[in-house]
Amino acid sequence: MKRRAVRSEPLFFERNSRRVRRQGYLLPNLDDVPQVEPSEVLPPELLREPDPHFPDVSEMEVVQHFHRLSQLNYAVDEGLYPLGSCTMKYNPRLNEQIARLPGLASLHPLQPLSQIQGALRLIWELEEALKTITGMPGATLQPAAGAHGELTGILMIRKALEVRGEQREIVLAPDSAHGTNPATATFAGYRAQEIPSADDGTVDLEVLDRMMNETVAALMLTVPNTLGVFEHQILEIADLVHSRGGFIYLDGANLNAFVGRALPGLMGADAMHINLHKTFSTPHGGGGPGAGPVTVSEALLPHLPVPKVIRGDGGFELQWDDPASIGQMRAFYGNFLILVRALSYIWSLGADGLRSMSEVAVLYANLIRHRLRGAYHLKFNAPSLHEVVFDDSFQMRYEVHNVDIAKRLLDYGFHPPTMSFPLIVHGALMIEPAESVSPEEIEAFCDAMLAIAKEAEMDPGLVRSAPHDTPVGRVDEVRAARNLKVTWTPEDET
Amino acid sequence: MHPWVGAGPEDQRHILSELGLNSIDELFASIPPGVCVDGIELPPARDEDWIRRCLGDMASTNVAMDSMACFLGAGVYRHVQPSVVDAVLSRAEFFTSYTPYQPEISQGTLQVIFEFQTLISRLTGLDTANASLYDGATALVEAVLFSHRVLRGKRDLAVVAETIHPMYRRVLDTYTEAAGVEVTVVAPGVDGRLDPDAIREAAGDRACCVAVQSPNFLGIVEDLPQIATAIHDSGAVAVEVVTEAVSLGLLAGGGNFGFDVVCGEAQSFGVAPGFGGPHLGFFACASKNLRQMPGRLAGETVDKNGDRAFCLTLSTREQHIRRSKATSNICTNQGLMALAATVWLEAIGGSGLRELAISCLARAEELKRRITAVGGPWQLAYSQSPTFNEFLLIGPGSGTELVKRLASEGVLAGVPTTDWGGSWPDGVLVAVTERNSADDLDALIGALETLS
Repeated sequence: MKRRAVRSEPLFFERNSRRVRRQGYLLPNLDDVPQVEPSEVLPPELLREPDPHFPDVSEMEVVQHFHRLSQLNYAVDEGLYPLGSCTMKYNPRLNEQIARLPGLASLHPLQPLSQIQGALRLIWELEEALKTITGMPGATLQPAAGAHGELTGILMIRKALEVRGEQREIVLAPDSAHGTNPATATFAGYRAQEIPSADDGTVDLEVLDRMMNETVAALMLTVPNTLGVFEHQILEIADLVHSRGGFIYLDGANLNAFVGRALPGLMGADAMHINLHKTFSTPHGGGGPGAGPVTVSEALLPHLPVPKVIRGDGGFELQWDDPASIGQMRAFYGNFLILVRALSYIWSLGADGLRSMSEVAVLYANLIRHRLRGAYHLKFNAPSLHEVVFDDSFQMRYEVHNVDIAKRLLDYGFHPPTMSFPLIVHGALMIEPAESVSPEEIEAFCDAMLAIAKEAEMDPGLVRSAPHDTPVGRVDEVRAARNLKVTWTPEDET
Repeated sequence: MHPWVGAGPEDQRHILSELGLNSIDELFASIPPGVCVDGIELPPARDEDWIRRCLGDMASTNVAMDSMACFLGAGVYRHVQPSVVDAVLSRAEFFTSYTPYQPEISQGTLQVIFEFQTLISRLTGLDTANASLYDGATALVEAVLFSHRVLRGKRDLAVVAETIHPMYRRVLDTYTEAAGVEVTVVAPGVDGRLDPDAIREAAGDRACCVAVQSPNFLGIVEDLPQIATAIHDSGAVAVEVVTEAVSLGLLAGGGNFGFDVVCGEAQSFGVAPGFGGPHLGFFACASKNLRQMPGRLAGETVDKNGDRAFCLTLSTREQHIRRSKATSNICTNQGLMALAATVWLEAIGGSGLRELAISCLARAEELKRRITAVGGPWQLAYSQSPTFNEFLLIGPGSGTELVKRLASEGVLAGVPTTDWGGSWPDGVLVAVTERNSADDLDALIGALETLS
């Protein structure tokens, strides 16, 4: 990473140390109504004392503070961000402009129906597009993120079972699954059970046959799985689960691998969440917000969350009451401005563009697999789609771990791959390039990875002590957990 | 080919030939034919102008809040929006980056989270806060489940005030059914405020938590010190929900009165109304319960040179480490909205926030005074109870009818309570912020007079 002028920035609370009055924003005229003494209209014991440690600074100080902080971040716009399972693609600027239109951004969710017709139409249109893309008959855009979508899906399955008069206790997921899958199962009142993967990293049908019984509510499956490998027996898996009264939940985190090439509806999926912040380009925002719409099969259609957007004769309406529904998953209708961006993306690319999006994502991942093979160990040999999982077992001969390789990549100006996941690959380096960058950038990344493999052999100390050229050196994460300090306090001033 | 796809047809041919393949199709050979399709039924690609026109048309079918005198609130508020907020949010270094799992190249995001946690902690009066949750409703859910864990699952009753935002309570119902937690609702007294004795009675010795909102759904400020005492008498975890975060500029957060959790919605801090999202759930608790907290946390530490640095910490609570035993299944949160709130709060400043809150209060008090003067069919539902910047107005007709008639007079008077149920009258929740000019107040009063 290039050397930066800014390597650290004081905390906001350390600014304006004389604690004098400055102005960061000019408030609207406050004198056009009679002044009020708060303690005369509110119980005085409920009022806050002025906080001397919440400083006032000027506008320029605010801008400089965040500008400098921004300089300490790596970002998609800076270079390849090949985080496996995260689909770090380009965030089109057009979508940012659209989401800022006053008719969308300055809209209150509880305005009268006649004033929000455009917004409801937009939701309806995106639901239709996602139904087409997945080949499934129903959709909800309410979930705020992938994990929230998982919970929505599993709660719908729970409801469907309840309607059938069944109480099941277990949700199955492969040992290669995202951590959110078992966490969701627990949150939805189920016991999570792990299916050990077969030798090729996919679900072993015989093992599933043994585990799948009348106590199992659902199988949560990621397609392609977290190794980038497609479940080649998906239809047999779905048949087996369905024949024993269970449901198939598809984790759609890896949808970027097959848009326009395969349909979850044909795979026997009963519910599937779609991470709009992955496949459909909405920005990751340093951790969120995302959106995790869920598409469903006929079997779960009655249980979709309320409110539902309905197209009536006189325009779009919100349906709030529906006894078969699981209820409401969050306040209002979803992360709406994220939905706006995703619709803009889908309509911009169109049918062919979306298909070529997936094709190039898979092509790039296979180019990386091809170039790095030999230098890095590939535990699972099955053909992979949009991502490839290597591990550090070659480099461990020189006592270089996957973490060291990741930190050394920072010096080369690249974000590292996802590390130590999936759990079935020890020392994993999970690489997902996505389709947006140029082929030259993919090649440069491969060159950096090959150079590091060589360094691990010739000069392992250099790799182990990386990064050398970042705003801060390797960060002591163990200390952070041992000596917990999660807020600044006034005692820090002395 | 499309500009958002990095490789053109010739690039693709080059790569295929390096891979020893003849066509892209070969890369997808591992997908069983039975699930494959040849393309999808969507329209063709569109250029930027087309998209701008088409989505722009949809946007202009809506009526933006700023185009009328607007008093809508009920959990979503319109406050000042310093230009610096969107300028910072538009920096690619912030909005195109991922969760800061690589601290060496994420100090910007990490320090922002640390500052956000500190700001929320100072405002709520509790010593720790997390990096964000989805929204206020799911923050309430997390608080209830947190309480259940803190008391080791021995108590499975959640007592919630009826005056918590009805939508939040609906969301809580969706989650608690599966979690095996029973929910009991406590209605307010005739003054719209909670009676501590009613809380004691509802909680008994079975409640894992009692959750109250202040200012409550009716805009009324609750007597938090007395309520906290009542809750603690029952041995339950005391949870305060806040939906109008600007109130914290003037009202002390529940942590100052012994509340164990203060959580809710911080959309008021610089996040666009955006038709309901993305907004900003927040969660603060005492550090003794930190290990039960849901969601991400940034912590301070040092780098190998001993210089201050930040990183995500206590991830052993989280799903990617703890899996089925995690404190929550949350992964992606509302990070960029937490950045918006941090920029907004730092631009407004500590004194500024107090002035802004007082301005909301003064405007609401003035409007209440003038409505009382109009009189006739128009009344304040709880005229004797203290409010911050929102109150329930009743008039000649249901809330829904009133809002409709006032809209035809050019005023968005508020949110009708008609369809929400509840033990309060059917009327209009009127919210007043510093954005409501004296002209706005005149417009609403004028409309009320017309409809008298």
